[in-house]
Amino acid sequence: MDTANEKPRLVLIGNGMAGMRTVEELLKLKPDMYDITVFGAEPWGNYNRIMLSPVLASEKTVDEIMLNDDAWYAERGITLHKGKRIERIDRVNRRVIAEDGTEAPYDRLLLATGSDPVMIPVPGHELEGVVAFRDIHDVDAMLGASRAHQHAVVIGGGLLGLEAANGLMRQGMEVTVVHLMDHLMERQLDAEAAGMLRGSLEERGMRFRMAHQTEAILGEDRVTGVRFTDGSEVAADLVVMAVGIRPNTALAASAGLHCERGVVVNDTMQTYDPSIYAVGECVQHRGATYGLVAPLWEQAKVCANHLAEYGIGRYEGSMTSTKLKVTGIDLFSAGDFTGDETTEDLVFKDAARGVYKRLVLKDNRIQGAVLYGDTLDGSWYFQLMRDGTPVADIRENLLFGQAHIGDSGHGDEASRVAAMPDEAEICGCNGVCKGEIVQAISAHKLFTLEDVRAHTKASNSCGSCTGLVESVLATTLGGDYSDAPAKKPVCACTDHSHDEVRAAIARDGLKTMDAVFEALDWKTPNGCHVCRPALNYYLLAAWPKDYQDDAQSRFINERAHGNIQKDGTYSVVPRIWGGVTTPAELRAIAEVAERYQVPTVKFTGGQRIDLLGVKKVDLPAMWRDLGDAGFVSGHAYGKALRTVKTCVGSEWCRFGTQDSTGLGIQLERMTWGSWTPHKFKMAVSGCPRNCAEATIKDLGVVCVDSGYELHVGGNGGVKVRATDFLCKVETEAEVLEYAGAFMQFYREDARYLERTAPWIERVGLTRVKERLVDDAENRAALYARFLESQEVAQVDPWAERAAGHAAHEFIPITPVDAAPRQGVSA
Amino acid sequence: MSWLAICPLEDIPPLGARVVAGPNGDIAVFRTADDRVFALRDQCPHKGGPLSQGIVHGERVTCPLHNWVIDLPSGEATGADSGCTHAFPIRVTDGQVWLDLSGAAGDSADNSGAAPAACREAG
Ligand code: SRM
Ligand SMILES: Cc1cc2nc3c(=O)[nH]c(=O)nc-3n(C[C@H](O)[C@H](O)[C@H](O)COP(=O)(O)OP(=O)(O)OC[C@H]3O[C@@H](n4cnc5c(N)ncnc54)[C@H](O)[C@@H]3O)c2cc1C
Ligand code: SF4
Ligand code: FES
Repeated sequence: MDTANEKPRLVLIGNGMAGMRTVEELLKLKPDMYDITVFGAEPWGNYNRIMLSPVLASEKTVDEIMLNDDAWYAERGITLHKGKRIERIDRVNRRVIAEDGTEAPYDRLLLATGSDPVMIPVPGHELEGVVAFRDIHDVDAMLGASRAHQHAVVIGGGLLGLEAANGLMRQGMEVTVVHLMDHLMERQLDAEAAGMLRGSLEERGMRFRMAHQTEAILGEDRVTGVRFTDGSEVAADLVVMAVGIRPNTALAASAGLHCERGVVVNDTMQTYDPSIYAVGECVQHRGATYGLVAPLWEQAKVCANHLAEYGIGRYEGSMTSTKLKVTGIDLFSAGDFTGDETTEDLVFKDAARGVYKRLVLKDNRIQGAVLYGDTLDGSWYFQLMRDGTPVADIRENLLFGQAHIGDSGHGDEASRVAAMPDEAEICGCNGVCKGEIVQAISAHKLFTLEDVRAHTKASNSCGSCTGLVESVLATTLGGDYSDAPAKKPVCACTDHSHDEVRAAIARDGLKTMDAVFEALDWKTPNGCHVCRPALNYYLLAAWPKDYQDDAQSRFINERAHGNIQKDGTYSVVPRIWGGVTTPAELRAIAEVAERYQVPTVKFTGGQRIDLLGVKKVDLPAMWRDLGDAGFVSGHAYGKALRTVKTCVGSEWCRFGTQDSTGLGIQLERMTWGSWTPHKFKMAVSGCPRNCAEATIKDLGVVCVDSGYELHVGGNGGVKVRATDFLCKVETEAEVLEYAGAFMQFYREDARYLERTAPWIERVGLTRVKERLVDDAENRAALYARFLESQEVAQVDPWAERAAGHAAHEFIPITPVDAAPRQGVSA
Repeated sequence: MSWLAICPLEDIPPLGARVVAGPNGDIAVFRTADDRVFALRDQCPHKGGPLSQGIVHGERVTCPLHNWVIDLPSGEATGADSGCTHAFPIRVTDGQVWLDLSGAAGDSADNSGAAPAACREAG
């Protein structure tokens, strides 16, 4: 080895999307680990291949689609050999040799050679004017032909063929699309949607020869026409072959690597030679090959992780969705839509509006989706499909889209986005407007929601504009936008999802945070502000009596038991059971407010009293005084039971059917102090007039003459959701049991920071009913577990701190200028 | 430099912080999991949030107000955010934490500390 250069050498063959993405992911993990050399057969830096379609349609320029220019490589110390095709891999001596003789030794080799367009070997396929649609060179050839010639034939009515045909038409050519089948994009569309697509393309002037097979391409030097097997002919000065792609395995195969349809790799993206990895369209993983970018992003992440020698990620295959990038035509398809006798179809068709939607359900889950004309909900269906969410409960509104599922706060926002002016505000919390987001996406080549959040702060606070930001991303990137990978890790410190972490804690008996870090190969020594609070919660929920709560893993509000305010002061909200108080209590609060010079006293939306603007040092003493008057913490700061709102009920109200106030107080006394994945609010209304707003609470009780209706999964706030009706019970004791059991099920099942509304939408109301209503034994067991964990949870944190617990949290270190100690010389 | 004894190391919780009232405002003193200490002006470069109240992880702290992540050795915002808060020289000897406030007090500004020049306060 060269002594001047002791770093291991990584060589990448294929300067395309997958290879360079892997290098970028690797640089994020270990920027200095390798000495990197890149070979690319094309004479450019890395560019966004997907965007060739818009380039052909003159919607974008080549410059706009460049991802990494020469300077980018140079700045990172990467040697780039442009326009050099590797001809041979010498595995014995670990080096690669390019056509022009350039050689490079490697310690690790990464293959990302993409795929080759399939050229049907009919007579004449080598004539001038016959091109594929794969790279900048092809696009240049097409644009050149469009300037000099009139007639184009595109062979292949799939995604690429139609995008090519559209682009050429936009360049003023007369275009005929030839397709072997009798419907377009047969692998992505059912016959109905394909028919509508063809109709609208014909309206734009595209011509079709369906069910035609090419026999020969005619011409002497340059193409003049195409002849079909039925003997008919069509004139052509340009023929684009877009009949498919074939993974580019020749180089790998000649080096003796095991190849089938693609270069065979395992779940770590390693080929049969352990020092050689492969990613992208050239690979075959678990029998599948891919021709879209979303899977490549995932592969790149995993591969980079292994190249960085963290050795944790595994690629488990991808589910893909398709969008057509023809401006003005909205089309989305995902999954398997070839129904059979075990599947059901949900179909919506409005021919006049040009809208068609078909969902194929199997076992109550979405198995395939085809959307034409209105694709707004594509990513939502895709998500439901990937998560395997049961849809029985939302079935009747499913086809109308997410905006119609128990959600009155969000309306039809995504469609508004495209029409919005640049100065329209998208993120109300951080004041970010549409133009800034679009600008950041283009300038920094952003692809994901996470990237946009990091660069613009949009949707980084309350998150309510997440959908809008995703829409901006989608409209800006076009078909390039691929939504989140199948599995979302908790945060950047790990590759494990919330569910996996939770399962491991229970299965492997992990009882400390360090045990989790160790067992699950955390990438950071002690996590971050995202994963630590989640782990702390999961450990606490799994081992309520064994786990020692970790204050340093809690957000300041829960650590200091008050809400931090914008100026660094805190708020104090004493618990007022069921919202009922007494003159004596009010007097005590008034005295405390005066004694500690509280600047603002306010009634909250949750029927409590908030003392705002308290200095942190004053908190323990103030709590002590409140404690002496009988108050405990109101937990207004916690992912915990917050409040139980009540109305006056039968005790006073002329309509009251039951004692809603008394029942609310009982509920609050039973549940206070409990930690939950997100905040948990309850309300009890004395009659269906529902003055306590019980139907927008996590659990709401509506009293009726014959008993109590229980409602779950509601919230106000960012995205209003009315509750689902759970069941009706007859006694107060039953209300308590169901409430405790429901809370416990939520605690054990939901992901951290998932409120009951999104949780129920994810797992389905049916599942909740099965566990809680239909299964009395399970309900009793849940309730028992709830009560058990409450035994240790109902300790007033304020009383503890007033008595001196965690004093360091509240008392600053003595001011140094007031009591300077003797300095030492440095 | 004039080193001032602040407190014994064990007075700062691991992965936690304490506040020291300095002559020109609060200073946050952090302790990492492996017992290293860092001192920053207790003011987030974003909107002045009290960094001492944040969650400490690795060599970083996340601001409690809007989740900016600040690098403890340099006081600089990480990721896509940019901004910087003053870092003070600090050290531990025999379990005792020492802080040098000369940079903040406005007297002899000694640039031998850890903070990059961009972050230093002018007198
Ligand atoms: C104080 C209060 C406003 C008031 O002056 O009335 C309030 C204040 C805050 N709310 Fe609220 N909410 C208050 C009642 C509500 C209500 C009404 C209710 O509880 O009936 C709602 C709608 C009902 C609901 O939760 O579904 C409400 C929906 C929210 C939300 C959105 C929740 C959602 O799931 O979409 C947030 C954001 C969050 O929690 O992530 C929020 C977050 C906050 C935070 C904690 C924001 C923060 O992180 O600093 C505010 C803390 C201020 C503080 O330091 O005290 N607050 N907030 C109310 C305290 C209630 C109480 O007595 O404990
Ligand atoms: C016009 C068009 C539109 C598309 N639209 C979409 C879309 O909307 N959505 C979507 O998800 N996907 C789309 N795709 C597919 C997407 O572009 C590919 O899946 C992706 O580019 C594959 O990445 P890759 O790195 O595997 O291959 P490539 O990006 O093709 O990169 C491979 C590179 O390796 C080079 N190479 C090959 N052999 C050698 C060698 N021996 N030595 C040196 N270099 C070599 C090639 O020249 C090439 O530059 C589209 C593709 C095209 C062509
Ligand atoms: S109290 Fe609630 S609504 Fe009011 S500003 Fe704070 S978070 Fe927003
Ligand atoms: S004040 Fe620190 S992140 Fe906003």
